[in-house]
Amino acid sequence: MYVAVKGGEKAIENAHAWLAEERRGAPDVAELSVAQIREQLSLSVNRVMAEGSLYDPDLAALAIKQARGDLIEAIFLIRAYRTTLPRFGYTNPVATGNMACDRRISATFKDAPGGQVLGPTFDYTHRLLNFKLAAEGGDPIAPEAAPRTEPTPHITEFLKGEDIIQDEPTSDETPGDLTREPMEFPSTRPLRLQSLTRGDEGFVLGMAYSTQRGYARNHAFVGELRIGKVAVEMDITELGFAIEIGEVELTECETVNQFKGSKTEPPQFTRGYGLVFGQSERKSIAMALVDRALRWEELGEDNLGAPAQDEEFVLSHADNIQATGFLEHIKLPHYVDFQSELELVRKLRREAEERITPKEAAE
Amino acid sequence: MTELSEINTEARRARMGLLARAPEDALMALWQKYATPPRFEWLRRPEIGGVMVRGRAGATGAPFNLGEMTVTRCSVVLEDGTVGHGYVQGRSKPKSEAAALIDALMQTAAADEVRAQVIAPLSERVQADHTRRAAKAAATKVEFFTLVRGED
Repeated sequence: MYVAVKGGEKAIENAHAWLAEERRGAPDVAELSVAQIREQLSLSVNRVMAEGSLYDPDLAALAIKQARGDLIEAIFLIRAYRTTLPRFGYTNPVATGNMACDRRISATFKDAPGGQVLGPTFDYTHRLLNFKLAAEGGDPIAPEAAPRTEPTPHITEFLKGEDIIQDEPTSDETPGDLTREPMEFPSTRPLRLQSLTRGDEGFVLGMAYSTQRGYARNHAFVGELRIGKVAVEMDITELGFAIEIGEVELTECETVNQFKGSKTEPPQFTRGYGLVFGQSERKSIAMALVDRALRWEELGEDNLGAPAQDEEFVLSHADNIQATGFLEHIKLPHYVDFQSELELVRKLRREAEERITPKEAAE
Repeated sequence: MTELSEINTEARRARMGLLARAPEDALMALWQKYATPPRFEWLRRPEIGGVMVRGRAGATGAPFNLGEMTVTRCSVVLEDGTVGHGYVQGRSKPKSEAAALIDALMQTAAADEVRAQVIAPLSERVQADHTRRAAKAAATKVEFFTLVRGED
């Protein structure tokens, strides 16, 4: 059977030219600069960096401009760019206890040392559209107070003193890397955390919400949520010592969950952990809840058959680039596949009709 | 001798960290103002790459791979044989070149001058940015007060 496989070049070229024109929008409206996106749409930039799994605000802003604001398309662009970069190495684990906190809150301890620092939050805003922004935003200036100079300790450190919260198993084992080896099941917690931190925010949020609604019931408190900059340190072979090679903004969430105890563990609190590039509060809380739900086996809890306890289900569907690739490929030409299906259905239809027709003839 | 070299290493670590983190425009403005760059040869031309940033489960547990960040690196050798390395965040080749040259010069007789004209003002600038953010955060710290309840 003949199927046209060539002939789309001109149409594709013109479609891309039109895409460029549409991307620009009305020419009498000023063009967006990459710096404007980086500075003024910074939470979009953060999402693209987190799910693109590459910390570079300028690149993420460029990707958002190129993708016309479609964040999953922008994440796709970043993932593709990432693969072209030579890998210089792996950093030492970031010390989030030394974070310069812009925000640091706890839902469990009102008087935590270091205090409740709200930071630039949407919380307590009334979620009413602010029409002033439609005119002129102006140059607002935030008030200042005496800055804290010492590091802000993690809140779980205080619970540890009482031995009422499970300690994180310490290890310096080299973690698996999803970008180097495909995911295999059963997985490990380091791989789950890597998968969740780059996973789709909407998907991870939905999974986390399902645990709150009773599918794997693990009632979580936000023990601590902190946002701020952390130095990144790496060993440099030619120097023979480690240096800071930059700093990244991170959002970290530690949840505290009730735990009735098991055969080997006394009743205590357990933890879920979220750590995400940028100011990504919703994502990191969601990540911590899903991380906790996936730890059921390690903690000797029952498998309730909840989706959020099924690591194969969660991790296989968390990546929006994999998902988009598979979902959207069905819109591309499948003429040959479809022709064969068409033939098959016509044949089945003929056979079905033939089975009916002789009966009718006999009546 | 050992102590001295440890002090030198610590100072170099701090310097290289500052150069890596500093905003490109601030570093380049100071560097361009500082005399003419010295003559040098490349040991490694500027190269853009990625490093995988790691975190720890629960902040203190087992390490995991968080995601990559962009880094540019290069190495230079001055005419007197002094070697300098530049490792900077982001994708700027000029910034990595400046960082490597400054790293080299800081090991030569020019150190005091480079420290005064580049490192010290850059450090002040970075510290000032840091302090300003900390001051804004401090202004959003909640000061709880308890209301007297009229129960009796």
